[in-house]
Amino acid sequence: MSWFKRDRPPDEKLPRIEDKERRVRTEGLWQKCEGCRQIIWKKDLEDNWNVCPRCGAHSRIDAAARLRMLLDGGVYAEFDASLYSSDPLDFVDKQPYRDKLAAVRKATGVSDAIISAEGKLDGRLIQICSMENKFIGGSMGAVVGEKIARAIERAMEKRTPLVIVSASGGARMQEGAVSLMQMAKISAALMRLDEARLPYVSVLTDPTTGGVTASYAMLGDLNIAEPGALIGFAGPRVIEQTIRQKLPEGFQRAEFLVKHGMLDAVVPRLEMKPYISKALRFFAG
Amino acid sequence: MRVNPEPESDACAVAVEPHPAWLRVLLARHAKRPHSLDYISRLIAGFEEVHGDRSFADDPAIVAGFGFFEDRPVMVVAEQKGRNTKQKLYRNFGMPKPEGYRKALRVMQMAAKFGRPVITLLDTPGAYPGIDAEERGQAEAIARNLREMSRLPVPVVAVCIGEGGSGGALALGVGNIVLMLENAVYSVISPESCAAIIYRDSAKAEQAAAALRLTAEDLLGLGLIDGIVPEPPGGAHEDPDAAAESLREHLRLRLDELAAYDGPALVDHRYAKFRKMGNFFA
Ligand SMILES: [Zn+2]
Repeated sequence: MSWFKRDRPPDEKLPRIEDKERRVRTEGLWQKCEGCRQIIWKKDLEDNWNVCPRCGAHSRIDAAARLRMLLDGGVYAEFDASLYSSDPLDFVDKQPYRDKLAAVRKATGVSDAIISAEGKLDGRLIQICSMENKFIGGSMGAVVGEKIARAIERAMEKRTPLVIVSASGGARMQEGAVSLMQMAKISAALMRLDEARLPYVSVLTDPTTGGVTASYAMLGDLNIAEPGALIGFAGPRVIEQTIRQKLPEGFQRAEFLVKHGMLDAVVPRLEMKPYISKALRFFAG
Repeated sequence: MRVNPEPESDACAVAVEPHPAWLRVLLARHAKRPHSLDYISRLIAGFEEVHGDRSFADDPAIVAGFGFFEDRPVMVVAEQKGRNTKQKLYRNFGMPKPEGYRKALRVMQMAAKFGRPVITLLDTPGAYPGIDAEERGQAEAIARNLREMSRLPVPVVAVCIGEGGSGGALALGVGNIVLMLENAVYSVISPESCAAIIYRDSAKAEQAAAALRLTAEDLLGLGLIDGIVPEPPGGAHEDPDAAAESLREHLRLRLDELAAYDGPALVDHRYAKFRKMGNFFA
């Protein structure tokens, strides 16, 4: 277990160290917003947690930024950071899965598609898991499954609430049925959390699909999502190929799911922390 | 068996045996392979099907009902494929919708209420990927089944009899004992979809089938299932009666074994089993 601390509060308008990598990789200091098609100064976007200051469109943020945003002072203790997949299938496609993992680890700076952490949200200790979509599409294999199961066990041991922020294309193909069984493993662990009457808030962000939606992402005491997030079981392309027709406008977006009774609320990113805080006050006093 | 299709090639045409994993995929999907109702009719006396999720509809892709397995009252929940075109359409090719999973959960909880064991039969290409299924919460229905099956205080024996198509199969698969028929496959993704992702060519499904480790031996080796039910020579379709008798032996053995546990012990047993799945860490 190691402690990370931000030097500055998240709202301070100074360049952040972790932005350096992003800036070098991209063309310039400007970015076109997917929502309003306006050119936005990148720093303005990042200082606003990637919510467009003009139109409010949410673009993705990484797992670590999510934790800094939700936890007091951006401070958290990470768990199981050195849990790596042993490639149970010896899976090889264009390159060995093992090599791919090593490359993605290097590129993203995380050990797998999730960061498991403990921190305080408005003074309340919580266990929180934040998924990293840049890590093989945020896919769930044995490491993601184990980190979440352990986080649930920690929540039970310490009697704290649990928050999981999902951003995943589903189970990880390269770990085959091992990935599939993580759905059952985590859901069973959530059964125990449920029996222990400890709160679990599931936050669904863009995108949350496949085996992640069909297990822990839909099992919160509250299931809440960010505006415009793609959420579903089957991916839109799979559905289009199956039914051979175009999908309706807004299909599988967070607002669509609320309309069909599948989510408790759509919560804008900048209101997420106060929302969860209020919910936990209701659940746990 | 396939033949090298290159006529210009100097080498003589070489007969290529399909990869063993791909053979299993073909057998699991064989046109004459016994489906759930073929086993139910042979193994469950006085089977009465029950219908509906009490909320939206009845889903013919899942057959649920009660009956007697060798005088033992049991609840059976099974995915059902069709044989001819008309049946296939009626059963939606064995692809359940949310109402199917909700019916399954309803009857499993009924079994729990009366202390009866649950036998589930898994045989689906996957949960139905359609607009209506998404609207009614396919993901939520599967997720809820996973969680709720894990707390059923009665014995649950799950058997993958043909195609174990990802979450759509697992939604009935949280058993104290999980078995696979010898030629069944169980996978996180179909070999065709996997090939489409990796090789951008669904025709390379054979290679993908090998890479995915989806045979009964593979899953047993990975610690994901508890046993393999042998099939008659050539596969279950060659002798459905013998296949059913083989399954009967295994079901009897496993139900006897689980009869020794009380409700809480069954829940703990099931939890411990799934909790240790996937301990593959470097
Ligand atoms: Zn904008």
